[in-house]
Amino acid sequence: MAVVHCIPGKQPLLVTKPDASSQTWTGPLSPEQAAQLEALVGTLTAEQALWVSGYLAGYNARARVAAPATAVVPTAQPVTILYASETGNAASLAKKLNERAKAKGLATKLLDIADYRVKDLKGERFLVVVTSTQGEGEPPTSAADFYEFLHGRKAPRLEGLKFAVLGLGDSTYEHFCQTGKDIDTRLEALGAVRMVERVDCDVDYEAPATGWIDRLLDQLVRELPPAEAKIVAFPHVAAPAVAAEPLYDRTNPFQATVLENLRLTGRGSSKEIRHVEISLEGSGLTYEPGDSLGILPQNDPELVGELIASLGLEGRPDLQEALGRDYEITTLTGRFLAGWAELSGAKALKELVADPAAQKAWLHGREIIDVVSAFPVPGIDAATFTGLLRKLPPRLYSLASSQAANPDEAHIVVSTVRYDSHGRSRKGVASTMLADRVRPDDTLPVYINANRHFRLPTDPDAPIVMIGAGTGVAPYRAFMQEREERGAKGRSWLFFGERNFRTDFLYQVEWQRWLKDGVLSRIDLAFSRDQAEKVYVQHRLLERAAELWAWLEEGAHLYLCGDAEQLAPDVHAALLRIVAEQSGRGPEQAAEYLKTLQREGRYQRDVY
Amino acid sequence: MTMDRSRDVSQPVERLSGNERLKAASRRLRGDIVEGLADPVTGGISPEAQQLLKFHGSYQQDDRDLRDERRRQKLEPAYEFMVRVRLPGGVCRPDQWLKLDELARTYANGTLRLTTRQTFQFHGILKRDMRKTIQGMNQVLLDSIAACGDVNRGVMCSINPHLSALHQQVYELAKATSEHLLPRTRAYHEIWLEQEPVAGSGEEEEPIYGPTYLPRKFKIGFVIPPENDVDVYTQDLGFIAIVENGKLEGFNVTVGGGMGRADNEPGTYPRLADVAGFIRPDQVVRVAEEVVKIQRDYGDRVDRKHARFKYTIDDRGLDWFKDEIASRLGWRLEEPRPFVFTTNGDRYGWAQGDDGCWHYTLFVENGRVKDTADLQLMTALRTIAAVHEGEFRLTPNQNLIISRIKDTARARIQSLIEAYGLDSTVRRSVLRRNSMACVALPTCALAMAESERYLPQLVTKLEKVMAEHGLAEEPIIVRMTGCPNGCARPYVAEIAFTGRAPGKYNVYLGGGFHGQRLNRMLLENVGEPVILETLTPIIARYAKERVPGERFGDFVIRAGIIREVKEGRDFNG
Repeated sequence: MAVVHCIPGKQPLLVTKPDASSQTWTGPLSPEQAAQLEALVGTLTAEQALWVSGYLAGYNARARVAAPATAVVPTAQPVTILYASETGNAASLAKKLNERAKAKGLATKLLDIADYRVKDLKGERFLVVVTSTQGEGEPPTSAADFYEFLHGRKAPRLEGLKFAVLGLGDSTYEHFCQTGKDIDTRLEALGAVRMVERVDCDVDYEAPATGWIDRLLDQLVRELPPAEAKIVAFPHVAAPAVAAEPLYDRTNPFQATVLENLRLTGRGSSKEIRHVEISLEGSGLTYEPGDSLGILPQNDPELVGELIASLGLEGRPDLQEALGRDYEITTLTGRFLAGWAELSGAKALKELVADPAAQKAWLHGREIIDVVSAFPVPGIDAATFTGLLRKLPPRLYSLASSQAANPDEAHIVVSTVRYDSHGRSRKGVASTMLADRVRPDDTLPVYINANRHFRLPTDPDAPIVMIGAGTGVAPYRAFMQEREERGAKGRSWLFFGERNFRTDFLYQVEWQRWLKDGVLSRIDLAFSRDQAEKVYVQHRLLERAAELWAWLEEGAHLYLCGDAEQLAPDVHAALLRIVAEQSGRGPEQAAEYLKTLQREGRYQRDVY
Repeated sequence: MTMDRSRDVSQPVERLSGNERLKAASRRLRGDIVEGLADPVTGGISPEAQQLLKFHGSYQQDDRDLRDERRRQKLEPAYEFMVRVRLPGGVCRPDQWLKLDELARTYANGTLRLTTRQTFQFHGILKRDMRKTIQGMNQVLLDSIAACGDVNRGVMCSINPHLSALHQQVYELAKATSEHLLPRTRAYHEIWLEQEPVAGSGEEEEPIYGPTYLPRKFKIGFVIPPENDVDVYTQDLGFIAIVENGKLEGFNVTVGGGMGRADNEPGTYPRLADVAGFIRPDQVVRVAEEVVKIQRDYGDRVDRKHARFKYTIDDRGLDWFKDEIASRLGWRLEEPRPFVFTTNGDRYGWAQGDDGCWHYTLFVENGRVKDTADLQLMTALRTIAAVHEGEFRLTPNQNLIISRIKDTARARIQSLIEAYGLDSTVRRSVLRRNSMACVALPTCALAMAESERYLPQLVTKLEKVMAEHGLAEEPIIVRMTGCPNGCARPYVAEIAFTGRAPGKYNVYLGGGFHGQRLNRMLLENVGEPVILETLTPIIARYAKERVPGERFGDFVIRAGIIREVKEGRDFNG
């Protein structure tokens, strides 16, 4: 999907490129194309411009062109200076460089590398890194994310980038200035062009560092005559109105490469919740916050083997494959039970089939393997067995990412299901596949499952209240990414619950950053097992009743995501109580109030 | 002579270091600690609050073993807190021991750490449990006020179990000095004990410290010769007991000792204190106050790496100090009296005091009280504390004395010592019993290398070398720290290691056996193979070439293996 963001008539489309030739810069377009485009755009109304942007988006999607989500328009950051400091030396040198560059009229942006958004790297034109090195050649803590991104499989090509690196270190260490060397080498390998040679400074860094700064500034002035830098930023327009036909769906899934698969819950957690990132690059797949990712899982080969052995059907690779890929071999259905009662002739099974209440109780915690091994059917053929089975359904996971923020990626949050029952260890089909058998660089068959009933307000200024527990936090991460990316101004409030603060605060550092940056306005947390009495999300809602009511009255949109059995009814009851108590409504009117919100799309739920 | 006052408290706070501005604006050490404790989004507190927290005896730390793993997991570092008890002279009652043991198991990491300054540290306390921990201490009349921070820290005192009456006298003075030098702010009571603010809250007068407290930490120690167990020369201010005919005549006053230094900063160095004069026992508290005030007034508040009292003394000279203190006291210190030190280590096992009471000194490896498969030390001490009627004393070498056991109770204590195998600890090798490591990884934020978790393994290897050369019974003072700041007083050890990077250490030789001489760096930034390759032939030479009674630290200087350090400024030379 490609969206050209512009408002015709108000801003020029083309930007003067800050270089010596003083020619207009036309991005990827030829000057002729740019002129044609500008001529057309100049005649469009806002509505027409919106349509055109949608048209282009759809055009690109149909052409299966993998393109960035937004046409990159240069913004006012010609020289980005990053420092990675342990003791403050790198920071002070970077500051010195920054001041001297400014004195020369160069536009600069100085950042602690810890605060740098790695996804901005692709759009940089001039990058300067001043970095120290830790003990055994590792990057300073503040640079760990940057370093990892740069050296990871998600690092972008950087042909358009010019860079310079200054390393600080201590030559008594074996891996002297290693981080500087690594970053320098890697930037070049990614296609970036070195402006001045790297210098590796020892403990007495002053003189060599000053020399390097002198050379760099000379070069920058040659590259970037200060007076020429004329910068125009383009505001965003709403998303395109034309949606492209999905290219892949559950019957024709996209074979997506796994980029990342890690445990989110910290050591010592009672939960195993994982973060999985997959690449959508080249798929043309698009999604919006609130949508889900469909995954076609496979069964545990061990369980397949055990089942085949129980059936006495060993030595059938085709059956092994079919049971692994096509059939649901865990969940026990009434139909299977009835069929197996017939085949086995087992009296106990027949009695169960005749007594629905007893059957329900018996099924609890049991799977197909329990029946097959307890009531063998000697000589059964494969087709008879598979005839009793259902197709293996895909699993849906709420997307935890915004495509605007991560153009070629989809992130999901998965709680791994493992438990023991009736003397066996049970494993969730898809969750343990992801936990135990899927590694980065593997592929997964996936598709996008749109959810039009869980959407951010179209008005970016509308307040939102996000209520979730456990993996229910996933769409809210997508919401925040989206709102941050779009520069939405609406207030936002997260209620999140899990078991333990120390290990289970999913995406903790991201929430902290959004809170600090004002993308998230408020947060309330309920960790049920950190104190003697259990505290859940609904308790926090009730504690904040007055403020919550005020938000609702100011037009806030309410979202609820997570467990359908416990969380959803408890939260709904709390909301009813809040509405009744705060507004003086009776129970029925309070229910009516929430129903109205639901009808208006201001109370949306994604429960499972 | 005009005095350079451009870097001290006489300057407007804007010209001084950031910490000075922070202290000045902190409303007497309150800052935003309360807000930080209430913030549910993080397990930590703000950077400013962390600085102020030290004055309340606590550091924010994180489990560094988990740091990188949690970063990938998008979790903040596993923040937790160290709390250090204020325990003048290292003396505590059995009921206090039991409470600390309970708190350690309830809120901390299940262990107690005995420190090189004779107190307890809890590690691994979560933010939400901080008040509960400190209130628990308060129930047994213990606190952590000024256990860290730019104030007078915990006051040390020799543990000498033989001279009971004398110890009692000197200990009382150590305690009185600690109490007298406490900050007057009620911040601690409001924040941790949740007492209501009274009139003047946030503007309390600090008659000794003033509103910006001291430029840097300040350490005091009392020592009873011939044992220099408190390493008196490493203290900012020291009192050496002078006993004549069994009577405490007074103290020699020492000034300007300190260990901390930084790698690659030659302007920083460890320094041994100078003996400045002699005073009477009833003058101790007054002299301590005036010395603290001199440092308050003249200490460097621009550069925190040059802010310890040792630099004030070194920059201005001992004579200046003697004049300055005389002008404040209205009288001059007397000439120092003679004294003799012979050792700075502990003596283990049973000893009887001159009052007839018994004392049992246990070896606690690196001060860590915990239960392991081999030794149920924590359980044993809890069991002993439940029946013990005397007291416990924490030694400056991180060991423990079960102290003041009446003759009638000795058999019962002895049977518990045997039942739990505690007597085995005092039979560990001489080298191990004279070794000491700071905490370092995984909790200390400053550590660059392992210390407590590694020194025991290195000692095992050195024990082998010692035994091969017939030196199994020869004591050598071995100390290790995870960084150059010197918590285990490494720069007076005969062999010392300070961490530079994981598995890499600077190696120092030539410290004095009873803490009377600094050592010097022999190797920089090396790993275990190089350490052993280098030390083995030196130990071999020591075995062959030493003269009778010659200490290892003296030998390496006489043999020309390392050049003697004559004063702190010479350390980096």
